Amino acid sequence: MTIPELRSYTADDLEAAFGELASEVHRDATELDTPDRVEAFRLHWLGRKQGRLKRIGDAWLKNAPPEARKELGIRFNQLKQQIEGVLSAERLDGRNRESVAEALDITLPGIRPALGAEHPLIRTMQEIVGIFQRMGYSVGVGPEVETDYYNFEALNFPPNHPARDTQDTLIVARQEHKPLRDRLLMRTHTSPVQIRTMENQPPPVRIVIPGKVHRNDAADATHSPIFHQVEGLCVDENITFSDLKGTLDHAMKELFGSQVKTRFFPSFFPFTEPSADVQISCIFCGGKGCRKCKHSGWIELLGCGMVDPAVYDSVRAKQPGYDPRKISGFAFGMGVDRIAMMKYGISDIGLLYSGDVRFLEQFA
Amino acid sequence: MKILSSWLRAYLPGLQVSDRQLADDLTLRGIAVEGVFDLGPRNGSLFEMDITTNRVDAMNHYGIAREAAAIYDIPLLPLAAPLPGSQPVKQPFPVRIEAPDLCGRFTARVLRNVTIAPSSGQVAERFAQLEQKAISNAVDATNYVTMAMGHPTHAFDLDKVEGSIVVRRARPGERLKLLDGTERTLVADDLVVADEKKALGLAGVMGGWDTMITPGTKNILVEAAWFDPGSVRRSSRRHKLHTDASHRFERGADFAAPPVASAMVSGLILAAGGELHGDPVDVVVPEIAARTAERPAIPLSLQEVARILGRTAEGKALQAETVERYLAALGCRIQTASAADYRVSLPSWRLDLEREIDLIEEVARLHGYNHFANTLPSFSGSVVELPSAGKENLVRRKLLAGGYTEAVGSTFCSASDAAKFSHQPNVHVPLGNPLSEEVGCLRPSLLPGMLAMLAHNLNREAADVRLFEMGTVFSGTTDRVQERPSLAIGATGFAIADHPHFKGRPFTFYDLKGIAEEVLSGFATRSLYFDAFPAATGLMPVWLQPGRSARLVVDGETIGFFGQLSQDEAQRRKLRQEIFLGEFDLERLYRHSLREPAAQELSRFPAVVRDFSFVFPESIAWQSIADRLRALNIAELRSVGPVEIFRDEKAARKTATLDTGHFSLLLRVVFQSHERTLRDDEVQGWWERIAAALQQLGGAWRDKVR
Repeated sequence: MTIPELRSYTADDLEAAFGELASEVHRDATELDTPDRVEAFRLHWLGRKQGRLKRIGDAWLKNAPPEARKELGIRFNQLKQQIEGVLSAERLDGRNRESVAEALDITLPGIRPALGAEHPLIRTMQEIVGIFQRMGYSVGVGPEVETDYYNFEALNFPPNHPARDTQDTLIVARQEHKPLRDRLLMRTHTSPVQIRTMENQPPPVRIVIPGKVHRNDAADATHSPIFHQVEGLCVDENITFSDLKGTLDHAMKELFGSQVKTRFFPSFFPFTEPSADVQISCIFCGGKGCRKCKHSGWIELLGCGMVDPAVYDSVRAKQPGYDPRKISGFAFGMGVDRIAMMKYGISDIGLLYSGDVRFLEQFA
Repeated sequence: MKILSSWLRAYLPGLQVSDRQLADDLTLRGIAVEGVFDLGPRNGSLFEMDITTNRVDAMNHYGIAREAAAIYDIPLLPLAAPLPGSQPVKQPFPVRIEAPDLCGRFTARVLRNVTIAPSSGQVAERFAQLEQKAISNAVDATNYVTMAMGHPTHAFDLDKVEGSIVVRRARPGERLKLLDGTERTLVADDLVVADEKKALGLAGVMGGWDTMITPGTKNILVEAAWFDPGSVRRSSRRHKLHTDASHRFERGADFAAPPVASAMVSGLILAAGGELHGDPVDVVVPEIAARTAERPAIPLSLQEVARILGRTAEGKALQAETVERYLAALGCRIQTASAADYRVSLPSWRLDLEREIDLIEEVARLHGYNHFANTLPSFSGSVVELPSAGKENLVRRKLLAGGYTEAVGSTFCSASDAAKFSHQPNVHVPLGNPLSEEVGCLRPSLLPGMLAMLAHNLNREAADVRLFEMGTVFSGTTDRVQERPSLAIGATGFAIADHPHFKGRPFTFYDLKGIAEEVLSGFATRSLYFDAFPAATGLMPVWLQPGRSARLVVDGETIGFFGQLSQDEAQRRKLRQEIFLGEFDLERLYRHSLREPAAQELSRFPAVVRDFSFVFPESIAWQSIADRLRALNIAELRSVGPVEIFRDEKAARKTATLDTGHFSLLLRVVFQSHERTLRDDEVQGWWERIAAALQQLGGAWRDKVR
């Protein structure tokens, strides 16, 4: 093995000499087709005592003037890096060659951990509740079996009032001997929790109430005797109808995307006045009109209104702070099932209560 | 309810907008048009309406025309009811109201020598467009007037009326055959229109058979009255008769309407011939007039309008002129009390308006809700989370991560399931009007629903199922119902499905126990154990298979039961696959706080692992082995666990490696110290103590058995 001659330590000569060496490394590197040759290459260049790099380095440094030593060092280092680069690339290549034989069929299915699936209703309910929590609402709950008083009377449904007809009520057996207000029934809406909340807490109040409700409805694709609602109540000084509009407009944009528009139109609920139904621009067609929105461009989604003064009268004995001359507020209620069905394209409400894993596992 | 746009336009000569625009504008003001159907050229449209229950005044053409006049600020023609002159009579027709609390007004008109014939002209045309069945001019006249102005009326065959008209309470047990052909037995709370001898009709609900108009009718008495809404509603419900008339009266009819309605009906009948006899009779109960048509004016302040409604889209409160215009268009009379305060007299047809807030709603409605701004309120209160929210989240998260899918089942179950799954035997709460017997009781447990859902899946060839439900269960009596949150878990089929890389395996008792342990591990508990009651104690629920089920006890309180569904129950439900299920009392569980994780120092010294291969008699439960080793109080004993358990299937045969009634256990213990590397001699010492303890329990070294 010969040591190449270095004519002088001038920059030009160094450049030429190291250029030669780099080409030599490059030539050697093209012949590394077996692991043995790679090892031989390594020893030839980087061997500790007899390695070519070491020997050239010793020879050239020995006679180097002090001012050239630094330059030499840098250049040797660069060369060493070139050699190591070749080696590490070869090592990788070698390993690859070895493992080709035992390669995995990476197109086989992965082993997925069997996670459970969230229920679309619970997921939707939590999403809605979360939106209002971020707007400063507390969360409340109430019993599923209610008295006539909380479900109807305190909410300004007088006994024998036609408004009661719209809510076919499932009643608990053997209530006839009790006064009407004490009779037990399955709550037909989450609104009784408005009364329970106000009885327990003076204004201001901001609460959102998720829950299960029941009606004596025969089941079909869009009706179920069991369904879910999220109720909301906000009472304070100076709460206005435009606050109600702004709040629900914001909530619907959070739930369905900022492109969604809301519109409000008059409706009737005994416990709110003014009362409104809220439509959102169709989330399927963007308002142009499609089968889902019956070509109207709008989808009816929830009921709301300003809390009727008669409702405050129901709680004033326990909480005198609810003086309708001083405070005002709004309430709203939305059907979670309907929203979930719309969001996830579910065509039959019965699926939500079937426990059918083929259906539910789509929400994993 | 169906409405003809052409009929509306007849009252609104100034109406310029298209039918479709009219429908939209009405809908946005709360008079909801659900459908618009074109009736062909020059016929306008048919509107399918959905009027809210409080707006009985708008359940007719004139009422809707009034709304349109208010919306567009255009004139509304008065209702015309031209009548021929009347023949003089000696005495007005005698009418007596004997129940002045239930009937506030009764008008009667006598028509003689009428001709009963099919309707013709505008009535026939409009009936055809509305697909309303025509009967005869007299009957159609009453229906037509109801559709025109909303006030129900009735026509009696006067020759069948004996003596005066008397409006009275029914005599208990009194019988009345109605127009629908049914005979009803009345009670004292039913109001009837009667003559001196008999009841002629159920007031405000349905007329009677005996006095109905027939082709031979010559003379007619036209009734137009005002009946108490509550009374009509009670009768309607009692007799299960929901009629067009009762629908309107029970929502509050217009007290001022009867004379107009009577005139309209009479005019329509007389168009085919006949004459009017005498002046109309009009008996008014002043107390009821004072409560309805003449009720006192109510105050309205502009400040209150602004306080409730907030700002309009232009950023201002509603202006005085705007408020005044809307109210006037609705038929209110407005007196100005001061600059910003009014006294508002209410129209007789709007009994739903009683309070200031009702007027504010009307103002908002006519202005259009969407012309108000969207603002967000500021808030001065604090935010509170439900105390159990974090716990519920943790339970749900663990179950989902553990591979259980959340389900929501029925709130109801059959009485037999309620009895079987109730925590206190035979205590359950039945419904008074269930949808069916299968769902006749409030569920005392989530398990009947869980079993139904598992069966639902198995019947649909979904064989591998893991479900949970978190919901309310009910106990107590029909006098007092208690509710508590509960958790049910149900599983069947494979816990791990076959995969190209390994064999699957079926779900076992230990999977169920494992998920229970996992959920429990999230809570701070002092003590926790599982036990199995022999069937004889009666403590284990009947739905569980003895020997394959357990009770979970936390800090001395039973939290739940779980295990394999009993063979009896499985057979009864035709469930051929093994079913595992359990129910856990979340109210009790939630009394424990969530475990706050605390990091422990990790040892820097190596651990030493030792295995023991022992044979034990079947009477030794793992728990007793674990307890015994813990009792040795070896501080460096890091963990003790069973690694392998072997039961010889061939135990009874000669080739058996184990005696009958024995099992072998490979036990692994790990020693480790936080302070130092363990010495061989001390490990050897512990090893010997453990071996001795195992022998004391009845164990023997596996290799020394034979």
